[in-house]
Amino acid sequence: MDITEYIRLVFSDYTLRTITLGTAVLGAVTGMLGSFAVLRKQSLLGDAISHAALPGIAIAFLITGTKDGNVLLLGALVSGLIGTFWIRSIVKKTHLKSDTALGLILSLFFGLGMLLLTFIQKQPNANQAGLDKYLFGQAATLIESDVWMMTWVTGICLVVLLLFWKEFKILLFDADYTKTLGFNTKFIDILITTFIVVAIVLGLQTVGVVLMSAMLLAPAAGARQWTNSLGYMVIIASFFGALSGVVGTAISASQNNLSTGPVIVIIAGIFVLISFVFSPSRGLLFKQIRFIKNRRDLQLHKTLSFMYNIAKTHEDIAHPHAIKILNNFQGYTRGTLQKLVKKNYVNLDGSLWSLTEEGYKTASNLYNQQTKNDE
Amino acid sequence: MSNAQLEIQIIASLVAIACAIPGTFLVLRKMAMISDAISHSILPGIVIGFFITQDLNSPLLILLAAITGIITVILVEYIQKTGLVKEDTAIGLVFPILFSIGVILIAKHANDVHLDVDAVLLGELAFAPFDRLIINGVDIGPKSLWIIGGILLTTLGLLFAFFKELKVSTFDMGLAASLGFSPAVIHYGLMTVSSVTTVGAFDAVGAILVVALMIAPAATAYLLTNNLKRMLVYAICFGVFSAISGYWLAHGLDASIAGSITTMLGFLFLIVYLFAPNRGVIAVLYREKQQRTEVSLLTFLLHLKNHDEKAERHVNHLNEHINWQKVRSKTVLDLALKNNMIAIDNHIVSLTDKGNDFTTQAIDYIITNEDAQIEHMKDDFFLFRG
Repeated sequence: MDITEYIRLVFSDYTLRTITLGTAVLGAVTGMLGSFAVLRKQSLLGDAISHAALPGIAIAFLITGTKDGNVLLLGALVSGLIGTFWIRSIVKKTHLKSDTALGLILSLFFGLGMLLLTFIQKQPNANQAGLDKYLFGQAATLIESDVWMMTWVTGICLVVLLLFWKEFKILLFDADYTKTLGFNTKFIDILITTFIVVAIVLGLQTVGVVLMSAMLLAPAAGARQWTNSLGYMVIIASFFGALSGVVGTAISASQNNLSTGPVIVIIAGIFVLISFVFSPSRGLLFKQIRFIKNRRDLQLHKTLSFMYNIAKTHEDIAHPHAIKILNNFQGYTRGTLQKLVKKNYVNLDGSLWSLTEEGYKTASNLYNQQTKNDE
Repeated sequence: MSNAQLEIQIIASLVAIACAIPGTFLVLRKMAMISDAISHSILPGIVIGFFITQDLNSPLLILLAAITGIITVILVEYIQKTGLVKEDTAIGLVFPILFSIGVILIAKHANDVHLDVDAVLLGELAFAPFDRLIINGVDIGPKSLWIIGGILLTTLGLLFAFFKELKVSTFDMGLAASLGFSPAVIHYGLMTVSSVTTVGAFDAVGAILVVALMIAPAATAYLLTNNLKRMLVYAICFGVFSAISGYWLAHGLDASIAGSITTMLGFLFLIVYLFAPNRGVIAVLYREKQQRTEVSLLTFLLHLKNHDEKAERHVNHLNEHINWQKVRSKTVLDLALKNNMIAIDNHIVSLTDKGNDFTTQAIDYIITNEDAQIEHMKDDFFLFRG
């Protein structure tokens, strides 16, 4: 199946269109809210919340007996919120550290969820099948109303985000200052945490509890590498998230036996890898290039200052010297000499070199920072 | 109780002990989430190992999966070292991606064989007694009993051999390094033990619930004691208790054994979290209230010492000028009276000699910035605490 055919299929085929739209919207909203989770150093909170939502789904089913997605998600939301606030109170009230609290709530809630799920499966009620799709997610079960709900929630999140943009931003970077300005930090904090929980719960049906945290983190971690501005980061993260949703759906749809969730996560992971390596200001590649360039400059400076120290001992600075005497000097190469000639710091005459006026001046001011560094 | 039931309980208890030991050190080293990461990311290792050996209990598979666990740790540390993202983000990125690779490998290649994600993640202890280890035609017990027993013996051996090194490096990494214990060796040793334990336990309790067995007993024990040896013993006891009681809960509800064990762990933690002496939530709240009252009392006594005027020392003055609520002023007054700090004569409050001594000493400590000493002083002066 080639790409044009696939694109036509996306527009004509109901199921494929729904799934593509759903994963795209989900990617966008998780990327948007994930930026805040990453910057608040709450990356693993997503993992804990998604696991903590499982018992909520089971209990909602036990109480209502329906498999209506919205009811189950409401249960997930409640139990996710309980998990989140329990984590906070453990960290606040006891000496257990946040990682222990996260791991504790994650595994205990998940265990309870498993207990309830297996308990439900043994019930005579025939309606129970399919609850385990929340474990690993099944994008194929998305229907149009799910997508509409995701879009609505995304819209609400966006509006609130824009309304409270200033408050969110200032709380993110300087919580104490926010407090002194008189903002209700507790309220803003709870608002943003609740939104993160909402985003996670939305994704449970599509990617499942186990992989949901990556959907939250990966787009934001990738976006962080490209910008230092919160606004751009949120936009780039949403874009990355939506794109991984679309591409992941396309790949899993074109192959047999590929569930959508893991593919989306791997695509998002590839975006992160690309961002880590190729981002111009923070990326590993350009960092290495800068590193090499700096080392070259340093060698150039060293050679120049070595020449300067030789030239200084003569009355005439343009007095020629043999290239041979440079040979023992570490950092000297034919290349650096050529470069110095090109910069007009050194004159070459056969096997002899001499400093020019300009080179002498630069060299004498090399380490006292009197000249502007032109490297 | 049938033979199989007994075997299941023994296996569950051994898993609990084998998990509690590395778990204690992970909790103390603030690396609890690493165990979560390892438990997810061993999946590709298990899958590849399974393709090679075709046997979920083969030692080679355990080795391969444990290596994947260590690779996870190294990857997380590498990403963290680049400074591009924080440690928690690094953990959160690495394990879902490795886990996804595992899921996809299973979906693509292992559809017809006995290996699915549920089995790896959730495990099924109930089937453990059916997979027997038979040597020379003699049945010597379930395979997983021998595997987890072997892992437990190794862990115990390492624990006794390197207890001192582990202890020092956990609480004071700098001291350990200066004494000549390589922190890297101990760190990766612990990571290896955690990975091997996770892999060994996965087909009994499932990879995710290993995390519960590692963290929950240790965290519960940590709320009860500060002593490392006691913490280890408590953690092991909690683990074994939940393993056995969890089995019977599952038996009663006809539900997942691993889920029930975790739920029992959750109950234990909740009870200790609420009721632990000194560190439980109720104890903390009570202490906070007590200290609030005592600080108010001190403020009140200082006020009395500073003022000789009758108007300033009238009982109603507390409500009117210091702006205390009625109940609060009454609590403070009662406490002061009970401790013989003040005498009330015709609604005029005055310091007794004892109250005077107490206040003078307290002022001394406050002026010299040794506020912490006031706590000790309270033990000497107070007959009743707030």
